[in-house]
Amino acid sequence: MAEIKNYTLNFGPQHPAAHGVLRLVLELDGEVVEKADPHIGLLHRGTEKLFEYKTYLQNVPYFDRFDYVSMMANEHAYALAVEKMLGIEAPERAQYIRVMYAEITRILNHCMWLGAVALDIGAMTVFLYCFREREDLFDYYEEVSGARMHAAYFRPGGVSKDLPEGLLEKIKGFTERFPTYVDEYETLLTENRIWKQRNVDIAVVDKETALGMGFSGPMIRGSGVEWDLRKTQPYDVYDKMDFDIPIGATGDCYDRYLVRVEEMRESNRIIQQCVEWLASNPGPVKVEDYKLTNPKRAEMKSDMEALIHHFKYFQEGFHVPAGDVYQAVEHPKGEFAVYIVSDGSNKPYRMKVRAPGFAHLEALDYMCRGHMIADVVAILGTQDIVFGEVDR
Amino acid sequence: MTDEKLQDDIGVAAATDVSPEVKGLREKFGDQVLSVVSALDCEVVTLAREAIADAGHYLKNEHRYEQMMDLCGVDNSELPGWSDAAPRFEVVYNLLSISRNCRIRLKVGANERDLVDSVTEVWPTANWFEREAFDMYGIIFNNHPDLRRILTDYGFEGYPLRKDFPMTGRVEMFFDDAQWRCVYRPNQLEERILIQRTWPGVDRG
Repeated sequence: MAEIKNYTLNFGPQHPAAHGVLRLVLELDGEVVEKADPHIGLLHRGTEKLFEYKTYLQNVPYFDRFDYVSMMANEHAYALAVEKMLGIEAPERAQYIRVMYAEITRILNHCMWLGAVALDIGAMTVFLYCFREREDLFDYYEEVSGARMHAAYFRPGGVSKDLPEGLLEKIKGFTERFPTYVDEYETLLTENRIWKQRNVDIAVVDKETALGMGFSGPMIRGSGVEWDLRKTQPYDVYDKMDFDIPIGATGDCYDRYLVRVEEMRESNRIIQQCVEWLASNPGPVKVEDYKLTNPKRAEMKSDMEALIHHFKYFQEGFHVPAGDVYQAVEHPKGEFAVYIVSDGSNKPYRMKVRAPGFAHLEALDYMCRGHMIADVVAILGTQDIVFGEVDR
Repeated sequence: MTDEKLQDDIGVAAATDVSPEVKGLREKFGDQVLSVVSALDCEVVTLAREAIADAGHYLKNEHRYEQMMDLCGVDNSELPGWSDAAPRFEVVYNLLSISRNCRIRLKVGANERDLVDSVTEVWPTANWFEREAFDMYGIIFNNHPDLRRILTDYGFEGYPLRKDFPMTGRVEMFFDDAQWRCVYRPNQLEERILIQRTWPGVDRG
């Protein structure tokens, strides 16, 4: 009988199913994965070093580029962290706007995830359907910030601008249409035989392991842990929102899919509640302390003080009291957190970004062992990996 | 009246007393608990370097800190008021208890050649986070199963997040036509700082 040896396979970094630039060294026994060693860092840009040389305001746009499919959710963590250090709270209207956009972002992210994963597994149609909805949502991003993706809209102290006229009606229209869209995705996938064969009982993670591996977000909820920072440690106005947290039962890829789809429906509900509140409650959208936010353009024309504030704000920035803070938000992918160490100056002394994908990708080895090589793609997909945040 | 009095007492007790885990840490580790501060978000416990792995086990088993959400290094060498006597680096652990819905932050000081005990046995997720701290700061973790660089390029030299590492880096990559491959050469970029680091109340002329 011929001698059988393990086979080492290099997957990526230029592989369409690697969701970016992942180099995966797979050790195979036939078609069965014995060990997976992800080599990350191919998209490492040294953002944490750059933070230390930029003022707090200049750091906002970097956050869009972490998880580049859920831009505003990243900014949310940063804005909240800086606000906590400054001891301020954004005005209520700003909080509602932020919650609304955080949920729009969640739908954006889950649509991207669903489309890409389905495409990896071989369902082309879902991808096209999902990207149709993403276009609508990008329009709302653009209306409010001027950018389709990298918005830099959530700022410490509120949001950069109030909503333009007519936007709320458009978003309202979208939320009315959206449940039928989700039904369409589900028609294509939920009972689809191929989809189930590829996902059911793949990469089962039990509760204990999920906790130890540092899972968060849909990954830990798929394993049946009732944990959502929006409920347990609410920030902004999430405590005023009425929504449910879906959790899985078995902790396999299929459960995580169901959790994410259900989350889209719940996000839609939250957006509806925000739209309703925002339509009838005008007010300021940023803290009216011009040491911490920029003054209105109209005021600058006549008021010398405002002009000086504007200049100082964009030149020197604001000083953040010394200390450290860890602020986490329920990002579409899990717990996205910012740990800031301030030395009292206008630039962070050290800023660490805790990316959910980093901990999830670490568990890839555990999740892949014993599965077939074709399942690696499904597992990578279920983790919802984006390299912008993993590599930072 | 008595009820009110009782309420008051509880309020005062809660304000002056610390959480059970900090109390437990103090009892169990005594002198190895160097300081306890309450930060804006949670309590911060600075531990002696030798105690970290045991403290991790203790917090996980006795106080149900099931998750280590974040581990990162900090280079204190440019912090105002830092002196050579204090350890240069700090390893910061952000722990989360899902069952009790609370967080705690542990800190451990380390110098360049000190070994910090790995907590991968307590929380397997620490593996990559410790590799990252090693990659970025050169902090060495004892008993780590696989302490390799993680984010920087293959063959990278230096520790990029240290304060004495230039922002522009030390080498740059370019494509060499003669060799028909990518090669490194010493960096020719100069470091530009457009906005100075300032502290409130400091007159800058």
